[in-house]
Amino acid sequence: MKELPMLRPNKSRPRWHIVVFLAPALLLYSIVMVFPLLDTLRLSLFSSDGANFVGVSNYQRLFTDSQWWPYFWRALKNTVLFFLLHMVLQNPLGLLLAALLDSKNLRGRSIYRTLLFSPTMLSFVIVGFIWQLILSPTWGIAPAISDFLGIRYRPWLGLESTSLPTVALISIWQFVGIPMLFFMTALLAVPQDILEAARVDGASAWQLFWRVKFPLILPTVGIVSILTFIGNFNAFDLVYTAKGALAGPNFSTDLLGTFFYRTFYGFQLQLGDYAMGTAIAMVIFLIILFGSLLYLLVWQRKVVSYEL
Amino acid sequence: MVRKWPWKLACASLLTTVLAACGGGSATEAPATNANRVTITIESWRSDDQKVWTEQIIPLFEKSNPNIHVEFRPTAPTEYNAALNSKLEAGTAGDLITCRPFDVSLGLYTAGHLTSLNDLQGIPHFSDVAKSAWQTDDGKTLFCLPMASVIHGFIYNKTIFNELGLTEPKTVAEFFAVLDKIKQDGRYTPLVMGTAEQWEAATMGFQNIGPNYWLGETGRKGLIDGSTKLTDAAYVSTFKDLERWRDYLPEGFEAVKYADAQILFASGRGAIYPAGSWDIAYFNQNAKFELGAFKAPVVNANDQCFISDHTDIGIGINAKTTHMAEARTFLEWMTGPEFASEFSNALPGFFSLSDYPVTLKNPLAQTFVDWRKQCQSTIRNSYQILSRGEPNLENELWRTSVGVINGTFAPEAAAQDLQKGLDNWYKKP
Repeated sequence: MKELPMLRPNKSRPRWHIVVFLAPALLLYSIVMVFPLLDTLRLSLFSSDGANFVGVSNYQRLFTDSQWWPYFWRALKNTVLFFLLHMVLQNPLGLLLAALLDSKNLRGRSIYRTLLFSPTMLSFVIVGFIWQLILSPTWGIAPAISDFLGIRYRPWLGLESTSLPTVALISIWQFVGIPMLFFMTALLAVPQDILEAARVDGASAWQLFWRVKFPLILPTVGIVSILTFIGNFNAFDLVYTAKGALAGPNFSTDLLGTFFYRTFYGFQLQLGDYAMGTAIAMVIFLIILFGSLLYLLVWQRKVVSYEL
Repeated sequence: MVRKWPWKLACASLLTTVLAACGGGSATEAPATNANRVTITIESWRSDDQKVWTEQIIPLFEKSNPNIHVEFRPTAPTEYNAALNSKLEAGTAGDLITCRPFDVSLGLYTAGHLTSLNDLQGIPHFSDVAKSAWQTDDGKTLFCLPMASVIHGFIYNKTIFNELGLTEPKTVAEFFAVLDKIKQDGRYTPLVMGTAEQWEAATMGFQNIGPNYWLGETGRKGLIDGSTKLTDAAYVSTFKDLERWRDYLPEGFEAVKYADAQILFASGRGAIYPAGSWDIAYFNQNAKFELGAFKAPVVNANDQCFISDHTDIGIGINAKTTHMAEARTFLEWMTGPEFASEFSNALPGFFSLSDYPVTLKNPLAQTFVDWRKQCQSTIRNSYQILSRGEPNLENELWRTSVGVINGTFAPEAAAQDLQKGLDNWYKKP
């Protein structure tokens, strides 16, 4: 076989341009991502005053000590619930909206699309503020609307039983545009000739969606799920704005993010504890890493991607 | 106008070389005239008070101390602790440090950032309660000068009280009788408070009415030395009292925030507002009706009364300051009557902690401070030592007080929860 001289690596001259091109990204990524991550790991292995190396004993405390484990466990359970609510409500809703917006008969599609996506671009501070106002028992429109609909108004954001689902619904309202946009892009990429062929074969719109379109956008379902997973296990800001760092009432809205925040930075009279805070941060990181690996190694290998 | 001396001095020294750089400044103002004049800066989280400090308090000091210029340099309250820490460690912090009460400042002292103030001459003018917030645990070293406290009580709408023929309640029974009458009338919210932000329930609720049950300092110190427990009758009774508030709070109080409650009361829709004295300034500006105030009700008519007179702000000296003498001069002045009067009047609701008699121009503030004459002062029981470990008593009080008012915790269960949390880490000395 004849070798192409152009592609043969030139051993005598180092190819500096590779290094030059890689360097900015590598440098930036190392400074703002890799180094902080390693330093977090280092801090989590030292005692709270940073003086002594204590190995994994901070993690041991987090998982066994009665001062830490119940609080961590509660935050973890809340976070899982927060994530699951997004999975069963936000993503199917995103898919539904995308499917509706994909229909050719709908007029003013771009207006709907823009409106549905616009909350995503709002700051969480504004979202938290607006919804607190809407749901407010004193000034809000929620009491009047629920009267009209025949629902009994409750201060949902303030009750222990309903505050977490309420915050989750607000977050879903804000972010439903993201899965919608992903699904819409995927649906747009489905070639017309395949749909044409299915129609000729006599498929109904329902069959067309579930038998033809859905299998083709299945890889997107995976991407949307993993993004939801990463986003929700990092969630913090909305709870912080709407419920404060103490994530009340009775810690019913305490997510891993708020639990970490209180531990690391301290709150009111609680002093910040760098060691335990970074230990929690590392655990959150590992949970997300494990979930992402599961996605990459299992889902991505199993799911059939059709080359179109 | 806020004066920017360091900037001006820098400009002055550069004047000959880089004239253009100063173009933005006002060239008409004379540069520093007194060569010996020293500038000292105050670190603070009270950005709200910047005007009062730069226009009223500091000029007063400079009048008698022309060689010292003081600059007030606040940081946002939520960022103060963190920002101050990094400044202190980097050696760029100001000469005077405004002190949070208790452990945050104690931490600064043990880390060597604050100096001892034991030999200030004005110290005897401060009571033990006032000093307790800025002392080492053994009470031997004072590292911040007590500056101001806030007092708890109830502010009420005099128009509504007159209309319904109500008088200020003195006992718990009278308090609830008044609330019942307002409720029966039906036009006004009897008690304006929400539990959404959690701290209101603990601060304006539990810490406001509690001292009458746990007898002020006696009960507070008892918790620290272990002679009393949070499961004792005093605390359960406080919670039981608090539990009864539920029926008189605004509709949907679980989601009513602090600002909502303030606006509700200021708009005249509510009759009684569980208050901290810092609310005075807001209501003076925003309420269009006459305001009155009564202190936390006592159980029996002739009981000794106790008020929460909480030490909130102190001030200390940065141990690494290059102007130690000037900083001490300023603090010495702060121990005196001139500062006490100016400060208390300029910031109604923040009361100076020295023992000089102060005449307040604000009648509502005067009402609050007059309670000091009849009642014994105490501070919030969760602030000293008992919030050093996790779960810390302050956050736990927020959580349980909200639970009791919202009806998710029984008073006894709340008290047990508190004690259990404390037992988890607190070992009495």
